[in-house]
Amino acid sequence: MTEFLQQLINGLAFGSILALIALGYTMVYGILRFINFAHGDVFMLGAFAGFYLAPKIAAVLPTPSVASGLAVMFMAMLICAAIGVVIERFAYRPLRRSPKLTVLITAIGVSLFLEYTGQLVFGAAPKSFPPLIPVYPIAHLGGLSITSNQVIVLAVTGLLLVALRFIVLKTKIGMAMRALSFNPEAAALMGVNTDIVISFTFALGSALAAAAGILFAINYPAIDPLMGILPGLKAFFAAVLGGIGNLPGAVLGGLIIGTTETFVSGYISSTYRDAIAFSILILILLIKPSGLLGRKEIEKV
Amino acid sequence: MNDDLSNGFGMRRKGAQRLEWPAQMIRLAAGSDGPDDNQEFFMKNWRSLISEALLLAAGVFFAGCNKPASPSGAGGEVIKIGEYASLTGSEATFGQSSHKGTALAVDDLNAAGGVLGKKIQLITEDDQSQAGQPATVVRKLISSDGVMAVLGEVASSRSLEAAPICQENKIPMISPASTNPRVTEAGDYIFRVCFIDPFQGTVMANFARKTLKLKSAAVLKETSSDYSVGLAKYFVAGFTADGGNIVGEENYSHGDKDFSAQLTALKADNPDGIFVPGYYTEVGLIALQARQLGITVPLFGGDGWESSSLVPIGGRALEGCYFSTHYSPQDTSPAVQNFVKEYRARYGDTPDAMAALGYDSAMILADALKRAGSTEGAKVREALAATKDFAGVTGKITIDSNRNASKPAVILTITNGQFQYVETIKP
Amino acid sequence: MKFRYAKLLLLVALAFSLLVSLFAGRINSYVLFVLYYIGINIILAVSLNLINGYTGQFSLGHAGFMAVGAYTAAVITNRFGDLNPFAAGTLFLGALLAGGLLAAVTGLLVGLPTLRLRGDYLAIVTLGFGEIIRVIFQNMNAVGAARGLSVVHGYTNFFWTFGAAAVTIYVVTALVHSTYGRGFIAVRDDEVAAEAMGINTTKYKVTAFVVGAFFAGLAGGLYAHSIQFLTPSGFNFMQSIAIVVMVILGGMGNTPGVVLAAIVLTLLPEGLRWLAGVPSLPGIPRAYPFAWVGNTRMVIYSLLLIVLMLTRPQGLFTWKRKTPFPA
Repeated sequence: MTEFLQQLINGLAFGSILALIALGYTMVYGILRFINFAHGDVFMLGAFAGFYLAPKIAAVLPTPSVASGLAVMFMAMLICAAIGVVIERFAYRPLRRSPKLTVLITAIGVSLFLEYTGQLVFGAAPKSFPPLIPVYPIAHLGGLSITSNQVIVLAVTGLLLVALRFIVLKTKIGMAMRALSFNPEAAALMGVNTDIVISFTFALGSALAAAAGILFAINYPAIDPLMGILPGLKAFFAAVLGGIGNLPGAVLGGLIIGTTETFVSGYISSTYRDAIAFSILILILLIKPSGLLGRKEIEKV
Repeated sequence: MNDDLSNGFGMRRKGAQRLEWPAQMIRLAAGSDGPDDNQEFFMKNWRSLISEALLLAAGVFFAGCNKPASPSGAGGEVIKIGEYASLTGSEATFGQSSHKGTALAVDDLNAAGGVLGKKIQLITEDDQSQAGQPATVVRKLISSDGVMAVLGEVASSRSLEAAPICQENKIPMISPASTNPRVTEAGDYIFRVCFIDPFQGTVMANFARKTLKLKSAAVLKETSSDYSVGLAKYFVAGFTADGGNIVGEENYSHGDKDFSAQLTALKADNPDGIFVPGYYTEVGLIALQARQLGITVPLFGGDGWESSSLVPIGGRALEGCYFSTHYSPQDTSPAVQNFVKEYRARYGDTPDAMAALGYDSAMILADALKRAGSTEGAKVREALAATKDFAGVTGKITIDSNRNASKPAVILTITNGQFQYVETIKP
Repeated sequence: MKFRYAKLLLLVALAFSLLVSLFAGRINSYVLFVLYYIGINIILAVSLNLINGYTGQFSLGHAGFMAVGAYTAAVITNRFGDLNPFAAGTLFLGALLAGGLLAAVTGLLVGLPTLRLRGDYLAIVTLGFGEIIRVIFQNMNAVGAARGLSVVHGYTNFFWTFGAAAVTIYVVTALVHSTYGRGFIAVRDDEVAAEAMGINTTKYKVTAFVVGAFFAGLAGGLYAHSIQFLTPSGFNFMQSIAIVVMVILGGMGNTPGVVLAAIVLTLLPEGLRWLAGVPSLPGIPRAYPFAWVGNTRMVIYSLLLIVLMLTRPQGLFTWKRKTPFPA
């Protein structure tokens, strides 16, 4: 029983990070109907931004401490929001009227570009991420072990979700985002500045990815330029699982994939770990393509 | 294309585009064609087959002119030695280390007047840590650059790829650090200056039983790595033969970040120690997560741990852990200290085992050249095979009948964030 | 097929490759193997072009089919290669065909579940299948799992690679110029309309996958017998991307362009390698001024993709149209 609970906690922690990345995917898809392949690499850039920022912050704030951790995360989120906006502006906006395939290929190109330029610039060998937040073992009840890092992941994810929900449901720009996701032409006719709203969506998604990157790097302190590929892919599967375009669905999907992977790893065999995520995706696409919480989209001809 | 009209965002194109597709479909269904006319398509296709043929004729022509005069590479006043290593890519740290050691050795040799009266020219190629690349670069070294011997590689899988090519061309190949036994089985021109996994696995098994006095152990290996799987196998064999008990075995893949699932399962098996024969990145993370889960027993492993990045990643979780490797820079013998001093002076950091092995591989080749008295492949091979008690930086090296190096292993531990020498185990 | 000279051209190409392979001993081995890779990449690119370009099914898992063909052919020749040295040619042909057939079956298994998927989803699922195939090989001890498989006989030579390339181009073009080709293009242009017109889109999509996978398997077998050592990591997503870049560079649905792109992109890393090895340049004091260039292959590929899509989505070697697909 202890082992089961332990695996559950591990899975939830990992799944929350996937959920944060999945939110970015789902928001962009909801509005633009395309998968931003480069999202996983923004996650990677967030972690590297944190890596390079940490010493600078350490000069100002005492480290490791909660304050320094928050400062690094906040600044990394800003940097990645800017990166997201730049990518959208130069790689995706010119192709808004082009066939979907063109944008798909461009997105793949951007993703590869970020990864391999990262290898050139940062070096391909893994770097060790500095400890930003002091680690305390929170609980050790009967063999069960929870660390403060895991609690922080869950807490930060929860907070960001609440903040996101607030933005999307209670602010004007959130309303504009929702309008765009329902009907772009009508929204434009109603006076919504589509360019700004799309840029904002990308910025928001990228900031969440950066937060996920920092949280990931705190928990698994070895970062390398290719670290975003697999989490990005799995987060995309999570978004699809939950129903793409659906925010709570993305979170649900992330948690499900995180826990399933952990259980399969622990109880069956870890070598098939990655294949699990792929298999879940294929299954859900075959059985219920609109996802667990999604609505069926009618394709108009 | 219909996608054009309904990509979820954007204005529809005016007029013509919207009505074109039905007309196209009708034309298609009627049997005549769209923009690709039959004849025209064929005409273009003709060009493709011809261009294929012409390009190749040109290539073949130029290639034919390119064959080097003699493979010995000693036509002139230099002796050409080839080196292939992972200078970039995911295993760049290993390749860069071994390259630095080899380059230092070549410079030392040239400063002392070269070998057989000629200077050595080291031609280095990067295989980018990727499968498929070593074959190409080694062919290039042999056929285009005309080297007389090849040094490389650290990773066994890439050595395995290149070895048959060197064997086929009768070019001696010396691997600095590939520990998989299969590498030298490729042929009698393939050598290595390091010990092999059966020896290393047994060393760690003996160390665990005799020195650490462990009664039971668990294994956490990387199934995507030949090295890790092999080392684990030999460890298990040695440990159980010595009366130990293996209580659990778990796997992970290269690049995995989260090992809590496997560690939780192993914790339930209650081992006295965990053998982790992997590479430093994963080992560091494994140590961290093990301590977080409340596993307090020591971890131990092989030479894949050896890297300056191990402790930065694993931190205090690694205190009191052990691993086997090829040499220690703290070795007080004058040869090692000289080497360490020279290396530091030139590169600024302390040489690790890969650098030391890279240095030794070049030095052993030079020694064999001197004993052979010529650069002819067969003679150099004979000299290499006869190497006995060569005083290398990594110990006294004797090449045995399987062309592997018979030499001692060194056990290190981590104390206060530094690698600390523990003991030497002779074969 | 309407054109008369195609079969003649095929025979000429085969004869030419036979002739050249007889003189292969005179050729620098490094250059020779680069030529082999050119041939193999041509086969891969043309077969992927059938799936992506002509049928519009954006598949990102082509390396998986290649892997199936490679391992199958390798296992067969490893097992039977020593029996009769005189029948080596027949054995090799048999092994290649078996590899291709098994890859074709895999193509069937991949094509069927993906029938309902479009665009992005199809791309991701095919990527997933490619990775699943790789993970399966990585865990299959019979073929050496992660430790790799040594291929004992290096049967690949100029005749086989270029002969196979010529045959691939011929077959794909013949297919495209038949009613099947009409079906492929119909599926690509507008699947719903095609179904409405009574075209069995399932048949055409599955055929494209099966034929494309067959030739990818063939290329895999040739690759296995040239490099003589297989590891599952050599058939990963990056390998699939490399082939996709060839198709996009050449222009989707444009076989001659794709062939040219395959040649160019096989020579690119060698060119970069040569450039990185240039010891010095007059006027630049540093030794090996271009050493960093050798590692930029993937960066160049990614930039190519982005820049091409932004400026010339029809591909570099297509001159007739302005969109990725005709019309």
